Parts: sequence; structure tokens; C-alpha cells
Amino acid sequence: MILEVRDVKKNFGPLPVLQGVTFSVEKGEALTIIGVSGGGKSVLLKHLVGLLMPDAGEVLVGGVNIACLDERQLLPIRRRFGMLFQGAALFDSLNVEDNIAFILNRERRYSREEIDRRVEEVLDVVGLKGIQKKWPAELSGGMRKRVGLARAIIYQPEILLYDEPTTGLDPIAADAIDRLIIRVVQKLKVTSIAVTHDMRSARRIGNRILMLHEGRIYADQTPDEIFKSTDPVIYRFVNGIADPQEQLNYE
Amino acid sequence: MTSSAKQFAREWFGGVGRGTLLCRDLFYSIFKVKPVWHDVVYQMYFIGVKSSSVVCITGAFTGMVLCAQAYVEFHKIKMDTGVLALVSVGMVSQLGPVLTSLMVAGRVGAAIAAELGTMRVTEQIDALRTLATHPVDYLVVPRFLAMLLVMPLLTASSVCVGIFAGFLVGACLLSINPTYLWYNMLHYTDMNDVMTGMIKTFVFGAIIAVVACDKGLNCPQGAEGVGRATTEAVVYSSITILITNFFLTLVLNRVLV
Repeated sequence: MILEVRDVKKNFGPLPVLQGVTFSVEKGEALTIIGVSGGGKSVLLKHLVGLLMPDAGEVLVGGVNIACLDERQLLPIRRRFGMLFQGAALFDSLNVEDNIAFILNRERRYSREEIDRRVEEVLDVVGLKGIQKKWPAELSGGMRKRVGLARAIIYQPEILLYDEPTTGLDPIAADAIDRLIIRVVQKLKVTSIAVTHDMRSARRIGNRILMLHEGRIYADQTPDEIFKSTDPVIYRFVNGIADPQEQLNYE
Repeated sequence: MTSSAKQFAREWFGGVGRGTLLCRDLFYSIFKVKPVWHDVVYQMYFIGVKSSSVVCITGAFTGMVLCAQAYVEFHKIKMDTGVLALVSVGMVSQLGPVLTSLMVAGRVGAAIAAELGTMRVTEQIDALRTLATHPVDYLVVPRFLAMLLVMPLLTASSVCVGIFAGFLVGACLLSINPTYLWYNMLHYTDMNDVMTGMIKTFVFGAIIAVVACDKGLNCPQGAEGVGRATTEAVVYSSITILITNFFLTLVLNRVLV
């Protein structure tokens, strides 16, 4: 088991966001976490990499509880993760090449030629060859996400986290990102955890789906089971149905 | 205690606590993690070279005004040739460090808070953390070291320009004997005054860097949050500089004189 979350609770002020989340992830799994917007999916994802700390509960990465580590102790553990942020979170002050090679440059263990070669390799993987000298401001939303993914995979992490990878993209760009995620997971043989409310994407990129509802794991099933479910909460979410009473009134 | 006073006290103590923790991380990083000197040099360019014109203009006009105003009073007691000594001592020990620091707080402190604040609200700082990099190592240490290295140089240039401008005003506009002006300035300006000024610039530089980085790193979400962090960085660092200047003056006068 590469990752385990045990009874994690998190409040923001008086607002409870996570109310006892428990699940585990096996090595090589492709997990998707779905749930309504504002339901705590991104908060949960940030707990996995130690960007947020739980008020109660444990997050075990390779058996180590990261909830009791400080920022510096977390740094080597974070090296095992790669994360693609919702808005890509590229560094504005660095060009594409320096963004992607950021961690390699910081580690000062690689020659310039080695870094250039690896940047070119990962840009090839994400289908963006030859844009090393461009600046983040010159890229489209889809390109930024691809560069963000290239930055996340250049140091060959064991676990890849995706925060809403297709949000804000047109259907074609979203499809391209989905295919890219599938390709990266297959090629690099990494464990992948994606948070999304895009059901088409959730079905394609995951072989297991967790549904987060009212701060707890409501369902833990395969994509087929989720899509065939008759449970009213799951059914409404999967089919995008708002409050049924409200809909009846409208009709 | 009213609720607004309680709120203010909570924010003030919260700020002091955050600043202390930031200083702890900062010193740990400086001594245990190697600073990247390339980043420090870039920040020195941004803080030093780009601020030099602003601080020189401030120094020049402060020296000129001080000279013109001192002349009015000194002329009454026939001590015209002492005006540049007053300009010099005032600029070296008080006005030079304080005004340079206030100008740098306005120009650089605001820029640091805005840059770090924007990085925070666009998740760039979270991205930095996921890339196994401590934000203090990458963002705070280069700015802090650059500020410490550059502030004495900026203050020295501001003071020199101010004294020279005062000399020109005294000699050319007010027709004071330039030889006695210069001689009195050298005679009455002590090494202790220079030391006082230089020690202050280090402290003020550290205050600007810590306050601006703290405000940027803890910026509230949204564009409004970045704006507030920027304003607070300038206001808090300026007020802290003025208050610290008073106590530093008392202490240094006792220690150095």
C-alpha cells in the first residue's frame, strides 16, 4: 500500500470540510475522486502531499504518517509526488524550460546537457516540442496544463496527483489532457490520483472512483459500478441532476 | 477591551509570532541550506541598482533642503560655515538610513509583497512546496541577503549625494566659503556617526525583507488580498523602521559614544 488516509478531519473555522475520510491506494492504481464543487476534493488532495494538515487523523505515505512532520521533514517525502494544479501554477518569472527543470536545477546534481535532454524528453511526452524558451503568459490553458504535467513528471515521481485536470478547457483540449494522463500513467507506471467533477474524464482516467459527499467517502467503486448505480446521490451527481424537487417545479 | 481592540491585539501578536517563526526558518536556511548566490545577485540588482536613482534623488533634495534651512538659523549666530557639518551628521546618522529605508520599503517592500502574494493566490507557492523546495529557501533567503548587502551601499550613496548637494547649495547659492564648509563637515562628522548609520541600515534592511516576505507569504486570497498585503507591507515596515530608529538611536548613542 503506497498511500493510506485514516479518519482525516478538517475544518476551516466553523465549517467542517472533511469529516472522517478513510481510504487507501495500492501501487499502480489510477484513482479518481469525484464530488460536488466545494465539497473538499482539492482539500483532500492537498492533505495527501502535506500542503494542508488534518485537524485529526493520519495520512500515511509509504507507512510514514506525514501529518506529524514539519515543512522541512516533508520535503523528501514530497519528492515522491508530482502534482498538476488546477491552474497549472507555472512560475511566471521562469520560462517553460526553467519551469520544467526547476527541481533538477535546484538539486544541482545534473549537467546542463542532461537537464536539456530530459526537458526535451518530457516535452515530447506531453506533445509540446520546441517551446522551451516560451513564457507561461504566452501559452494557452491546455498548453499550460501540459507544461505543468511535464514539470511534474520530469523527476519520475511514484505518485501523480491531478487537481481538476480538465477544468476550464474546451472539450477537445480536455480530451487531449485525458489521453495524455492515460499515456503518462501507462508509460511511467506511476500511481495516479485525480480529483475532478468532469464525469467523462473520471470514467476514462481512473480504474477506481471514490465519491466524496458531505465530507465523507460515500462510494468506492469501479467506474462501471458508479455509472450504473441507482443510489440517488450517485445517480444525481453522475447524470448532473440538480435538486429533483426544483427540477419538477421548473418542468 | 472593545472587540476592535481585541482584534487589533490578536492581529499584532499573530504578526509578531509569524515574523518570529519566519526569522527562525530564515536563519536555519541561511546556516544549514546553502543560499543560491545567483538568486541573491539577481535580487541585489533588483533592489540595489533599480532603487539607486530614487534614493539618490531623495538624498540630494534632503541635503539641499537641510542646508538651506540650517543656513537661516546658523546665519543669525554667525555660524554659516557649520551648516554642512549639520547636514553631514544629520544625513549620516539619521536622515540617510531612515529616508533610504522608507524609500526602499515603498519601492522594494511593496514589490516583494505583491510578487509573493500573487504567487500565493495563484498556487505557485504550493507548487514550489510540491517540488520539494522550502519557500523560505527559494523566496525569502535571497531577498533577505540581498537587502542586507545592498542597503548600506544605497544609504552610503544617498548620504554622499546629499552632502555634496548641500555643499553645492551652501557654496554656490548661499555664498558660504567652500573651504571652511568642507573642513567643518569633516571635522564634526565622527566615525561613530558613520557606524550608527551603517548599523541602522542593516537592521532596517532586515525589517523590510522580513515584513514584506511575511505579508506576501501570508497574503489573503484574491486580488484584494494582494492589494492589502502590499499596503500592509509598506505601512508596517515604515512604522517599524521609525519606531526601531528611536530605540536604536538611544542604544547606539550609549554604546558607541
